[in-house]
Amino acid sequence: MTSLPKNPSKIKLGLVTDLDICVGCHACAVHCKEWNTTGYSAPLTDKDPYGENPEGVWFNRVHTFEVENEGVSQTVHFPKSCLHCEDAPCVTVCPTGASYKREEDGIVLVNPDTCIGCKLCSWACPYGAREYDDTVGVMKKCTMCIDRIYNDTMPEEERVPVCVSTCPAGARHFGDLGDENSDISKLVAKRQGYDLMPGQDTKPVNQYLAPIKRTTQVAPRMMEEKSSDKAGLMARWVDKVLS
Amino acid sequence: MHPAKSVIYFTTASGAGYGLFVMAWIFSTWLEVPAYHGLGQAIFGTSFFLIITGLLASTLHLGHPERAWRAFSQWRSSWLSREGVASIVFFIPAGIYAWGWIAQGVNTGVYQMIGGIAAILALVTVFCTAKIYSTLKAIPAWHDPLTVPGYLLLSLLTGGVLFLPISQLWFLETQPGLRLAVLFLNLLAMGLKLFYWRGVKERSAVESASSATGLKGKVTLLEGPHDQKNYLMKEMGFQIARRHAGKIRAYALAFTFMMPFTVIIFSPFGPPDYAFGLLTVAVFFTTIGIALERWLFFAEAKHVMTLYYGADEV
Repeated sequence: MTSLPKNPSKIKLGLVTDLDICVGCHACAVHCKEWNTTGYSAPLTDKDPYGENPEGVWFNRVHTFEVENEGVSQTVHFPKSCLHCEDAPCVTVCPTGASYKREEDGIVLVNPDTCIGCKLCSWACPYGAREYDDTVGVMKKCTMCIDRIYNDTMPEEERVPVCVSTCPAGARHFGDLGDENSDISKLVAKRQGYDLMPGQDTKPVNQYLAPIKRTTQVAPRMMEEKSSDKAGLMARWVDKVLS
Repeated sequence: MHPAKSVIYFTTASGAGYGLFVMAWIFSTWLEVPAYHGLGQAIFGTSFFLIITGLLASTLHLGHPERAWRAFSQWRSSWLSREGVASIVFFIPAGIYAWGWIAQGVNTGVYQMIGGIAAILALVTVFCTAKIYSTLKAIPAWHDPLTVPGYLLLSLLTGGVLFLPISQLWFLETQPGLRLAVLFLNLLAMGLKLFYWRGVKERSAVESASSATGLKGKVTLLEGPHDQKNYLMKEMGFQIARRHAGKIRAYALAFTFMMPFTVIIFSPFGPPDYAFGLLTVAVFFTTIGIALERWLFFAEAKHVMTLYYGADEV
């Protein structure tokens, strides 16, 4: 079971995150926590939630980076969750078969009933996408909201991962990255979506879209003194009287 | 990487236990050591005790130790599973060999061959342990060609050091050859560790904050995703050791290699009791040294995941 699927389907369900749009509101992380604490990998345990050192399991975290390139600085909010890699190292290291990649859609899951909590999969993942729940004693990770996307009892437009549906800016997209004619694949092609750490040879399914490069022009500074001949008639007259 | 005590105990103790079995088999076969009852008890008692307590310790850090049996199922893909299988299968031929030696007073013929199979399985187990680490690409210090030979050499070295006082007690003819072998393994392993440590220090980074995010330019973490430590930061972002790494490395070098080397060289001179005492001291030094070495192996290893938590390059 922990071998990667021998005959993977062409369907590769995944997420695309547009770093140009993300405003860093953490709504995706919060909604992810809310949904999944009662979902497939429930509960997402918290320890000391109202105390000095709250900590707990999250599938989705938003990191904020400052990027300086050719003299232009930019703040980039960077949501990160499991990338559901095609060559997922977390799957092949698992000694029990609890960590597996689904043949039908490529989603990587942990079976909470057979996981022994050895944590090796979290060592193997270059992206820090797996978080161990030491209260329950098993590894937890993004499920691609498997309990939503195939849920017939939900209206069709809601059958997407909550990080996608909840994003107020539309920075996250969900779809089949194995189908080159899908909207999401077209978006990736148009915006030159990329893999994180391609050198790790994990072939992530999830893709990122780079922020669009800002111009080198900096905004004019408010407090800079203006030369007086550019001022209006009234201002020039006041200037003349007073100086 | 966080150096879990149970994993350090497991790799050092079971490494020494398997190493002792291999060294005892090699030398007793080569020099036709008679199957003395007490000698067998000492060899296999020590070896099996170290291996079994090591294996038990390794289950302590599991979230569900009662499910540990499931780990034997994925030997097709997982080195951890292979290690589990090999570590247990070892006991079938090793048990027969030990039974022949202790209960039958025979360690030749068929028993010897079965013992040879057990020795190979012992080495396979240590090899699998090392492979668990060396195949993790996300930890460049472990994804290193010296990881596997390092584990194998240190297992044989610690096993050999353990076998020295045992063979001294029975005045075995193995003593001069074994002593030479241990000194040779000591130098070889020391050279390898020195190379390894230099590699850790001087290795050029394989990933950067830029490759981790795919953003071009100078990428620095402005704000973390949360303000308390999470599992990932505690498990992969272990920091305490790095400041003291130089000092700990010097102690590891002295205790694992230099001090036992000196003690073993001086052990043949003087009365036998004196030799036994010195060789026991060598075991003591090696035990401290190897624990430090293994602790460093974890503490110094950086995980590429830390790039999302403020590291510039790994």
